[in-house]
Amino acid sequence: MVGQRKVNGRKRTSANVTIREEPVGYDAVIAETIGIQGANGDEIEAYSARPLDGAARGGVVVIHHMPGYDRESKETIRRFAAEGYNAVGPNLYTREAPGAAPDDAAATARANGGVPDDRLVGDVAGAAAWLRRLPNSNGKVGTIGYCSGGRQAFLTALELDIQGAVDCYGAFVTGTPPEGFPLKVGPLGDRVGELRAPVLGMFGNDDKHPSPADVDELEKLLQEAGKEYEFHRYDDTGHSFFSVDRPAYRPTSAVDGWEKILAFFGAKLGGEA
Amino acid sequence: MCTYSTEKIDVDRSSGKGADGWFPLRTATVYYDHPVHAPDDHTVNIDFLAPDRGPGARVAVELSLDTAKALLEALQVTVERAAHH
Repeated sequence: MVGQRKVNGRKRTSANVTIREEPVGYDAVIAETIGIQGANGDEIEAYSARPLDGAARGGVVVIHHMPGYDRESKETIRRFAAEGYNAVGPNLYTREAPGAAPDDAAATARANGGVPDDRLVGDVAGAAAWLRRLPNSNGKVGTIGYCSGGRQAFLTALELDIQGAVDCYGAFVTGTPPEGFPLKVGPLGDRVGELRAPVLGMFGNDDKHPSPADVDELEKLLQEAGKEYEFHRYDDTGHSFFSVDRPAYRPTSAVDGWEKILAFFGAKLGGEA
Repeated sequence: MCTYSTEKIDVDRSSGKGADGWFPLRTATVYYDHPVHAPDDHTVNIDFLAPDRGPGARVAVELSLDTAKALLEALQVTVERAAHH
């Protein structure tokens, strides 16, 4: 957690009983749909959640998974706010599917070949700029992405001025997409030397995309380039293990993973401006 | 895994029924990836789409692998029979 919380002790009185409440931290959070400026100056939809106590805070851009800007992605954004960060997640499918249901939007985006990398970078840059303009921003911003968003978080660490990126099981950072592959996704391994921010990687050892061999390859590239990184790899765990609404959810790995993520962001995004 | 693997076909002289009734289909994507609703980690998903009518013009199915294989056989048999009509 970053920032300070006020402590209020107070009494609540009912008809005949006085209840002494425990002192509690002021933990109000606002969560709302907003518009931000993304790639090419386009206004895109985003969901933001932020603590209301006014203390200086780091910001987190949450990059949603390929199934879209859905209820669970918004829940993750609220979790980061509850943990003490200003958080925002751009709807990466705003342009092709404004106002559509998340699954319909994801289907449309897939049929169109996915999200182009340059547009993704512009949208996340816009989200990061929006976070830094908040009155309580300490100027530090990290990114985190899941599934396809994991690769995209890694991409933002190559392209943007951020203080840390978390890649949760992103496929094709290394490894080769299959032939005839219609989506606009290419490997990033040859660009590891361009990394501008430390990377935290979270992977399941039963995953096939990225496979343990893909993760080994990425780790080797990071070591050779002398880049700061931290990987955590979980046994009996496959892809999408943070997804609480899917059979792939692995509570033991996910609970430990959340601890690692919060420790990483605490170290990279904490402190005053 | 997140396969991204997607096949896309043009759809001609075909219709689907969605939330707002029948509409002419234009494309279909077929992919093995995470479902939104079906209770498996991965399913064979088919989206029949009409992009000219917006993202909501969609007929979607998420099929278990066994179901998808059975559908494939049924389609094969039906298409072969149709050739004799």
